Amino acid sequence: MTRTADTKAAQSADYAVLVIGSGPGGYVAAIRAAQLGLKTAVVESQELGGVCLNWGCIPTKTLLRSAEVYENFKHADEFGLAAGTVTFDIRKIVQRSRSVAAKLNAGVKHLLKKNKVLVLKGHAKLLGNGRIHIDQVDGGALEVVATNTILATGARARVVPGLEPDRLIWTYREAMTPSMLPASLLVVGAGAIGVEFASFFNSFGSAVTLIEMQSQILPAEDSEISEAACKAFVRQGIDVLTNTRVVSVERLPDHVVVMLDIAGRSEQRRFERVISAAGVVGNHENLGLENTAVLVDGAHVRVNEWCQTGEPGVYAIGDLAGAPCLAHKASHEGITCAEHIAGVPGIHPVDRSTIPGCTYSRPQIASVGLTEKEARDAGHEINIGRFPFQANGKAIALGETEGMVKVIYDRKSGELLGAHMLGAEVTELIQGFCIARTLETTEQELIHTIFPHPTLSEMMPEATLASLDRAIHI
Amino acid sequence: MPVSIRLPVIAADFRSGAIASWHKAVGDSVAKGEILFDIETDKAVVEVEADDSGVLGAILVPGGSEAVPVNAIVGYLLKQGETLADLPNAGAVSLQIPPGNQAPAGSPADSQPALPAQARDRTFASPLARRLAVQRGVELAGIRGSGPNGRILKADVEAVVGQAAKQAGSAATQPSVRSRRAGRDVPNSRMRKAIAARLTAAKRDIPHFYLTIDCELDALLDVRRQLNEHFASSGTKISVNDCVIKAAALALADVPAANASWSDDAIHQHGTVDISVAVATGGGLLTPIIRDADLKPLVEISREMKALAARAVAGKLKPDEFNGGGFSVSNLGMYGIKAFSAILNPPQSCILAVGAGEKRAVVRGDALAIATVMTCTLSVDHRSVDGAVGAQLLGAFKKYIENPALLLLGAA
Repeated sequence: MTRTADTKAAQSADYAVLVIGSGPGGYVAAIRAAQLGLKTAVVESQELGGVCLNWGCIPTKTLLRSAEVYENFKHADEFGLAAGTVTFDIRKIVQRSRSVAAKLNAGVKHLLKKNKVLVLKGHAKLLGNGRIHIDQVDGGALEVVATNTILATGARARVVPGLEPDRLIWTYREAMTPSMLPASLLVVGAGAIGVEFASFFNSFGSAVTLIEMQSQILPAEDSEISEAACKAFVRQGIDVLTNTRVVSVERLPDHVVVMLDIAGRSEQRRFERVISAAGVVGNHENLGLENTAVLVDGAHVRVNEWCQTGEPGVYAIGDLAGAPCLAHKASHEGITCAEHIAGVPGIHPVDRSTIPGCTYSRPQIASVGLTEKEARDAGHEINIGRFPFQANGKAIALGETEGMVKVIYDRKSGELLGAHMLGAEVTELIQGFCIARTLETTEQELIHTIFPHPTLSEMMPEATLASLDRAIHI
Repeated sequence: MPVSIRLPVIAADFRSGAIASWHKAVGDSVAKGEILFDIETDKAVVEVEADDSGVLGAILVPGGSEAVPVNAIVGYLLKQGETLADLPNAGAVSLQIPPGNQAPAGSPADSQPALPAQARDRTFASPLARRLAVQRGVELAGIRGSGPNGRILKADVEAVVGQAAKQAGSAATQPSVRSRRAGRDVPNSRMRKAIAARLTAAKRDIPHFYLTIDCELDALLDVRRQLNEHFASSGTKISVNDCVIKAAALALADVPAANASWSDDAIHQHGTVDISVAVATGGGLLTPIIRDADLKPLVEISREMKALAARAVAGKLKPDEFNGGGFSVSNLGMYGIKAFSAILNPPQSCILAVGAGEKRAVVRGDALAIATVMTCTLSVDHRSVDGAVGAQLLGAFKKYIENPALLLLGAA
């Protein structure tokens, strides 16, 4: 159905929906569009599944699982076990991570095929008026016409001047496939990515320094949770420095000498490796946006609540469309976008206040909704409830007594404004609060829900009860 | 057996009222003395407290209902272990039961078949939407839900509230980008309609006549200053209006014929001097009453007036605080109004319209002098009070205002 570039685009469209990029935003949008009976194709220049599946969420969770198992071995004695000397092979750990990514990559390919979504391997460029030029990976070129185009090209690591990646200075991509374990490691940026790598390398014995420009690590999180997480990391031996920035970097053959500005004080330190995790920037270049009315704000494409750009029929989703740069946000925007194109009645724009954030460090951090400060700043009168892992039977049985569940309710309406958690498996627990927010339950329904005993989830109603000074187990 | 919640008698002539909103939702526990719902009368919003404790089992008459007869059952309170199935006539009662809350406090699920068909015709709404609807006095039944299968969400309730606020011209509305002002209709509240009807009837049926007099205020202002200096530490601050109330009360005590009400068979002369004082509120004019104002010291009148005015503005006046009164005072002096004529507040025979105290040229002997002068206009019902009586009353009033020592003395 596609034509070569020399044919005119005046004829009817080749595709109802052309998705550029096959990450968690793009492939999900394509599948949903196909489900809705729209003729859909995906253009991908690299691996199917995007950064999330190949270089982000999934492979890092695989690495962190190795770290968790290793930590458990290290504490075997506490559980009455003797494991002798446990050793690890970083190459095998990386190998497992890559094989998991490969497996899921094949899964995406299968899903697209099953839904009759055509995959065009190549690089797409918008020509305007629904025409798209594709430089194919195998060398050819073609031009297609699409009624709707969804830009889902994702983002890449922000390169901080002076921290351009090489053998010694890594972005997440290099950090994910190390061939050696650095004796000393500087992680620049304490967002979710930086914190996860700091946690991983610290578990395996690297001397990790984690620095953050802002006054708290995980700046998007509730400051109470962030502070508690920081204490936990410091206890584990991570050197955490906030209000800190890199002033200069000197690359020696096997080391990097970094001049740090630590809250106004200059200090020189040596590290074997540096991970630069200073956020991401949208991949908006070389997309032919100059041929369209698509507007770019900084490094992200400007969209409305339906992910529509300034160009009719052109949508942008996921990281390209701006923060929060999270796979599940991209997927959800993809679905909303496809349904908007198909004219599905009764749909809603993605509600940003219901997008959870998760950090898979040890301990884990998970949250949804407003932080305490945001809730107060928004003028809510609030009830806050906290419940510590120390008071939860299952947590004690697991030997995971670090952490807490914190909930924030609007005093009058009982609306769950935010939930913030630190501790084991909180990334699995947060969904309960996400459902609660989406269903608009109040504190009453959560209190009246019977949670199974013994589980970590019992902390959720307990924290809710605590917000009304009615907690039973504390 | 579940306790019936009835529309109470809140005033002697109260026959029916509107339930403005419920403070409790079905399923909420209610303690004795807690506010259950608000009744909106012609003059105020009256809070109705629970006579008993329990769980609100059903709301039969939702918020926003007009003309609910006195003693009508508006809801049911369930005691521990009770369900709506315990009602003797459970099947016959037409219940407005928001779903999801049908089985409060441990009622067994099998009690549900006992519910009338209407109760099973569920309104789908999120718990948050339900609570907001109750708090904002919005009926869920009429709202179109934007959630899956028409489920009513928070945003839907807020949209309705926002629309209502916009219609009411509330300050709560968001500043609009389209800020060009368009004409709009502000729906008449029950209170507004009542004011309109009463004033129209008064102006149409009562033969008004008007008497105007100037009172010099300088002596009174001087005494007031002394009093306020004396009371500065206690927070009491006597206003000119407090003095006007007291002077009018003393004048009425002196001229009891003016303290009267017309009816076809008789002119009723009031035994007490109860002064209604007009207070402007967001919803309209209210007239809380200072009772026995001729007997109360000025300081007490001042304190009472402050409390009544605050409650009036908050819509919290109790019926006996605004029902009755034999004479009215309406003061627009604070707005700089020089003089005006008020419409009578039936069945009262007189209303005193008080203008601003301002410095004016006055003639003393054959010389010009400067004095602070306040013009007062008495509107009188000619059926019950003749011109001479009205003039006597105004003369007495002027005497008390211009000789403020008499105000302090009490009835002279």
